[in-house]
Amino acid sequence: MTEKIELKINGLSVTADSGMTILDAALRKGIYIPHLCHHRQLEPIGACRLCLVEIQGEWKKTVISCKTLVKEGMVVLTETPEIQKIRQINVELIVADHDTDCLNCFQNTKCALQRVADHVGMDKKRLDRLKKPDKLLPIDDSNPFFTFNPNRCVLCGICVRTCDEIQNIQAIDFVHRGLGTKVAGFGDRPRLESNCESCGECIVRCPVGALTEKDAVRPTHQVKTICAFCGCGCGVVLGVRDNKLVSARGDLGNKASKGRLCVKGRFGYKFVNHPDRLTSPMVKKDGNFVEVGWDEALDLVADNFAKNKGDKFAGISSAKATNEDNYVFQKFTRAVMGTNNIDHCARL
Amino acid sequence: MKFSDIKKRAEDEWKELVQSKMPKIYIGAATCGRSAGALAVKQTFEEEIEKRGIDAKIVEVGCFGPCYTEPLVNIVKSDGSNIFYKNVNKKIALELVENYILGDDPLAHYALGTVGDKKVPGIQDLMGTPFFKPQARELFHNTGIIDPTNINHYIAQNGYSGLAASLKMKQTDVIEEVKISGLRGRGGGGFPAGRKWEAGLASKGEEKYIVCNADEGDPGAFMDRCTLESDPHAVLEGMAIAGYSIGAAKGYVYVRAEYPLAVKRFNNAIKQAHEMGFLGENIMGTNFKFDIECFLGAGAFVCGESTALTLSIEGNRGMPKAAPRPRTTEEGLFDKPTVLNNVKTFAYVPQIITRGGAWFAGIGTENSKGTAVFALTGKVNNCGLIEVPMGISLREIIFTIGGGICDGKKFKAVQTGGPSGGCLPDTFLDTPVDYDSLKAAGSMMGSGGMVILDETTCMVDIARYFLDFTQKESCGQCTLCRVGTKQMLNILIDITKGKGKPGDIELLVEMGEAVNAGSLCGLGQSAANPVLTTIKYFREEYEAHINDKACPALACKELVSYLIDEEKCKGCTICAKACPVEAITGEKKQVHVLDQDKCIRCGMCFEKCPKKFRAVECVPGRVN
Amino acid sequence: MAGLATSLGSGAMTNTITELGDASTILAIGTNTTEAHPIAALQVKDAVRKGAKLIVANPKEIELCRFAAVFLQHKPGTDVPLLMGMMRVILEEGLEDKAFIADRCENFESFEKSLEAFDLDTVEKLTGVAQDKIIKAARIYATQTPSSIIYCMGITQHVHGTDNVLAVSNLALLTGNIGKPSTGVNPLRGQNNVQGACDIGCLPNVYPGYQQVTSPDARSKFESAWGVELSDKAGLTHTEIFDALLEGRIKSLYMVGENPVLSEANASHAIEAMEKADFMVVQDIFMTETAELADVVLPGAAFAEKDGTFTNTERRVQRVRKALDPVGEAKPDWWIACELAKRLSAKGFDFSGPSEIMDEMGSLMPTYKGISYSRLEKGSLQWPCPSEDHSGTPFLHAEKFGTETGKGKFMPLEYKKPGEDTDKEYPLLLTTDRSLFHFHSTMTRRVYGLNVLGKEELLNIHPEDAEKLGIADEQMVKVASRRGEVEVKAKVTKKCIVGTVSMGFHFAETPTNLLTCCELDPVAKTPGTKVCAVRIETI
Repeated sequence: MTEKIELKINGLSVTADSGMTILDAALRKGIYIPHLCHHRQLEPIGACRLCLVEIQGEWKKTVISCKTLVKEGMVVLTETPEIQKIRQINVELIVADHDTDCLNCFQNTKCALQRVADHVGMDKKRLDRLKKPDKLLPIDDSNPFFTFNPNRCVLCGICVRTCDEIQNIQAIDFVHRGLGTKVAGFGDRPRLESNCESCGECIVRCPVGALTEKDAVRPTHQVKTICAFCGCGCGVVLGVRDNKLVSARGDLGNKASKGRLCVKGRFGYKFVNHPDRLTSPMVKKDGNFVEVGWDEALDLVADNFAKNKGDKFAGISSAKATNEDNYVFQKFTRAVMGTNNIDHCARL
Repeated sequence: MKFSDIKKRAEDEWKELVQSKMPKIYIGAATCGRSAGALAVKQTFEEEIEKRGIDAKIVEVGCFGPCYTEPLVNIVKSDGSNIFYKNVNKKIALELVENYILGDDPLAHYALGTVGDKKVPGIQDLMGTPFFKPQARELFHNTGIIDPTNINHYIAQNGYSGLAASLKMKQTDVIEEVKISGLRGRGGGGFPAGRKWEAGLASKGEEKYIVCNADEGDPGAFMDRCTLESDPHAVLEGMAIAGYSIGAAKGYVYVRAEYPLAVKRFNNAIKQAHEMGFLGENIMGTNFKFDIECFLGAGAFVCGESTALTLSIEGNRGMPKAAPRPRTTEEGLFDKPTVLNNVKTFAYVPQIITRGGAWFAGIGTENSKGTAVFALTGKVNNCGLIEVPMGISLREIIFTIGGGICDGKKFKAVQTGGPSGGCLPDTFLDTPVDYDSLKAAGSMMGSGGMVILDETTCMVDIARYFLDFTQKESCGQCTLCRVGTKQMLNILIDITKGKGKPGDIELLVEMGEAVNAGSLCGLGQSAANPVLTTIKYFREEYEAHINDKACPALACKELVSYLIDEEKCKGCTICAKACPVEAITGEKKQVHVLDQDKCIRCGMCFEKCPKKFRAVECVPGRVN
Repeated sequence: MAGLATSLGSGAMTNTITELGDASTILAIGTNTTEAHPIAALQVKDAVRKGAKLIVANPKEIELCRFAAVFLQHKPGTDVPLLMGMMRVILEEGLEDKAFIADRCENFESFEKSLEAFDLDTVEKLTGVAQDKIIKAARIYATQTPSSIIYCMGITQHVHGTDNVLAVSNLALLTGNIGKPSTGVNPLRGQNNVQGACDIGCLPNVYPGYQQVTSPDARSKFESAWGVELSDKAGLTHTEIFDALLEGRIKSLYMVGENPVLSEANASHAIEAMEKADFMVVQDIFMTETAELADVVLPGAAFAEKDGTFTNTERRVQRVRKALDPVGEAKPDWWIACELAKRLSAKGFDFSGPSEIMDEMGSLMPTYKGISYSRLEKGSLQWPCPSEDHSGTPFLHAEKFGTETGKGKFMPLEYKKPGEDTDKEYPLLLTTDRSLFHFHSTMTRRVYGLNVLGKEELLNIHPEDAEKLGIADEQMVKVASRRGEVEVKAKVTKKCIVGTVSMGFHFAETPTNLLTCCELDPVAKTPGTKVCAVRIETI
């Protein structure tokens, strides 16, 4: 049973549910507390240390709001001079260790680090004293669908936890220690050599530009539909630009998949844009296919089908086609061709 | 076999050894002794004894404490004389066989001291020496005395009597005894062990665990290694008692893979305890079952943190879990109730049971009971593993036990608590050594590392050294520790190289305070301590580095200059020949001149200038 | 499918994918779920994370085994003895749901009698699985409830696939693990709309909504709706169609979106058959290996280029929406069929669009009656959805079964040998499996990245067999069956059992189905591609 809990955050009265964290309660109320490693679908780890808040009164102390549960009557301050000081140094340290070529980053304007830095602010003098990395780390572009750029990684661990908690694959984890810490496959091997299934769930959740789809472009509009591969029937939102499919993401509202996609669902749509697609009816003349118009092709087919009505005809439909396609097809076979010789590839 | 019979048999075996008429040669062969050559010495004794057909007994024992005397050999003869010989090598071993074992000359000049009532002329009473006299060897009552690979030796010293007694007590009574003792966790945190066990007992669950933290990672610390190597059964027995008292059936010892001998000794102890029925099912005829497994850590410092340690045992990457989180006693190893203590904490327990909690509480101070173990290292004359009553002063440890600073140099600071501890200057020498006093002074008890620094140690450099360690060992989870320590290290390196800038000290303090206040785990929350305490107590040294480009301790190469004293230089040309960059010029018998622009401050001239002249001097700062 | 229709009255997945996440036990038999149904596999793993016990039964050590409490690595084609062995343990230990058997089931006695042949010694010998594992699996399944069973082609693609399915349904009935949330008998359907294709009657024996073509009532219903006379005899199945083509009984073939050259068991037989057709039309999105054989090839619209609905494996009808205009002159399949019908002067093909087609479907199919595009806009619906105010059915058989008597029917079973016997010439068994990175071939082979991840066909072979044959890892070998041979790279792996090798069938370069057996299950007419005797030679 969830109970309602009343607390005060920054002087505002906030109603939260029992079991909720201070961070969730604040975000729901529209109070922004900077954070990088928090993700609502994942267990909190409290690694980024940005969501520090001060609890006043008898429990007075500074805590991380992503792991601290709300309590009745709690009084919380999300901004104090002490917290601001820690946060600011924290952000400066991240930025000093970050490839800040933002305009060339796919996450530009959508980046959680930009938002944090914007909110917290930085001391330029201090930042200038910090040492920037001498050289950029090598990029892992082994996977054909996505790229991992460690120079843009903030080590929030969201990809690691996604792979573990959501996908149960555990293909990646932190490797090395100290400043050399990064996310990689077992033994710091490239992702392609790990047991990564390329589901792309980590890319979706990466709050910065560390994990990005290769050749990603932003769609001009998106359409909610169903994946065309296996029988799971996952909801997919396809992105379209210039009458081409350019992206796919899981449909969170879909009851079968709840937003999850596998490698085929997320990247497999690319066959639709393939140059080998058939674009015109073709008729075999003297052993070679010749492109013809629909009328010529349909007349030819109708004439020939007319010769062998009844059980001399058979139709094989497709388990890939829609219900409507298949309905019309079986109706055609039964009502027009006069036979029940109709099947599809269900048994394969 | 009943425990009383086992004990009787063990005591008989011990008595037979002690009372036998033949000479007994005990060789300290823990890792410390071995690295000093103890095994070669042992081999020499063996060969010699065999060659000469001498009826003598050679026993390999653990570490007795005074590292500066290794290899340490203890020869006991039938007349009751019991002499420790220091720094024994092959030559001395041969002489000892010839003159003392076969003859009657105890070779007093090789002796460190005697033990026991039998006095030997010309040899001091060891326990009366400054190194031993202030010590209270309670935890170490067996180390260096018994053969750690022989369970009967341990049993004969009242070993496993604590377990036997515990199994006749109620679980709560065992815990009560530990509470009465006032034993606090020896890993550094100082949490009362009895209260932890009480919480472990109170936690609901069929499956509970005991974990012994032997992931001793502080530079210069070797207390746990020594305990495991020299008296492994004490740790094992302590764990079994803990297991009984909270209702756990399985224990893990998380020990560094870099401690192969400790692992071997402990695994041997587990095997022997099984054979005796002290581990396994129906221990000592009761329903209690308990088993212990040695888990080898891969050398990550952070795995000494309890949550990282349990994750590591579970097969995950060892990374601390952020607070707030359930206590380990509620959700520890495999998310089950777990009591996790340090090696020494467990090793005290058997004696607390056999001698009573009140005995232990009678040692030490009001809030810090019992003894403290330190690995005393650095610039003191007597390095070693020492055990002192809580409350002893730093001064007594350094100047009495340690015998003062090497080479008659001046004391500068004492560093306790490992890389996360702090450096205390001479004004704190009379601080009592206990959990609270050290913390109040800005340092910490830690697990027992104590490094003594003298006037030749640069405090900026020492802060750099410890921070370099911490930043390399950061688990990488939180930015403040991962990047913060590295950036602070960069600034410290700049300062030691003469590239420090005005404002660097303030920046180090700001960043250090943020790292300590904001980091995720204990490692990060104390990572800046060496920097903050050295700035607090030795700020002028930082200022000299930054403002005057001078290292007062003459330790930072870039911040010193070498000068040739015209008065003292005799023109011997030795320095000029030694100089790798031809910065020194001068004809024979004429005063030499050092070109400061060419000088790379390698110090060769300083070293090579004959001692009788001492014409080259090293001064802080740069001379142009 | 035919099996479940007999025992339970419906061939579809009884429960819902997301219900798996709340199961206490999951038995995954004959399904490499991670590879073939990745999102369903996630539910299985979620359940395990929450404390459920997973039992995997598979001849190959699949990825899910990492999460399994028990792994039963049985020999290919021994599913019936394995399951019967488990049921025997359940009965011997009194773990069956007596009330459920008494109230909701029939034919228990004859089934119980058939169990006599399956003592554990026999079962162990047939399956190669140790008895204690079978006992452990049986106890977990029967006691740690709710228990779900999922299965796939590893159960159905056998010459006695129907028996396998019946064994599965017997197990669920025996323990009452059916008709409740997170239980059931759940065939994971392979293709995105294979469930829909069956539902709407792309089967030779039934009209839309599983109404028998041989039933006069059904026939007259469709005759009056469609305004024509309909054939009263059941048509030929997929594989039978190819036989009839070969024999000249069928002259014209119209095929939509299928590539039998790669997917059909004993593919050379299918190729020969298609070459014999007088006239063959292939409608597809690519010039497939099969389309090359056609007289006319018609360009279909891809899924993102048309509106419509798919019905997924859990009977969920979901809206497919047009995102793009079809490439070039490509058209939706329904439009093409309607145009042909009109040219053949048929009435009833003047659909303005898919929504209208759905309305006609609903009027004729009781299970889809309550489904319409306006409702689907608000969310998907699981059939049966008999009326506009019905919210759909997450799990079947809650009150009664779909059989005539309304009771779940136990089916007595006997042991039958796996499809093909090995002999001296063909000493190994070949079974087919799937790759996560491919789906059959037509679409995925045309996605560059998927071919990097799954770049070639591999023959999985146990090190012991490999050593005997002198085969090294990654060595090219020739695999020959009684029907054909292919060349493929060997992968030496302990994931196979000794004596059994496995291959996928996604690559035209390595047409695995030239090897496989097209002997059919006598009831379901599914070919036994999962068991075929082969010989492997080094090249």
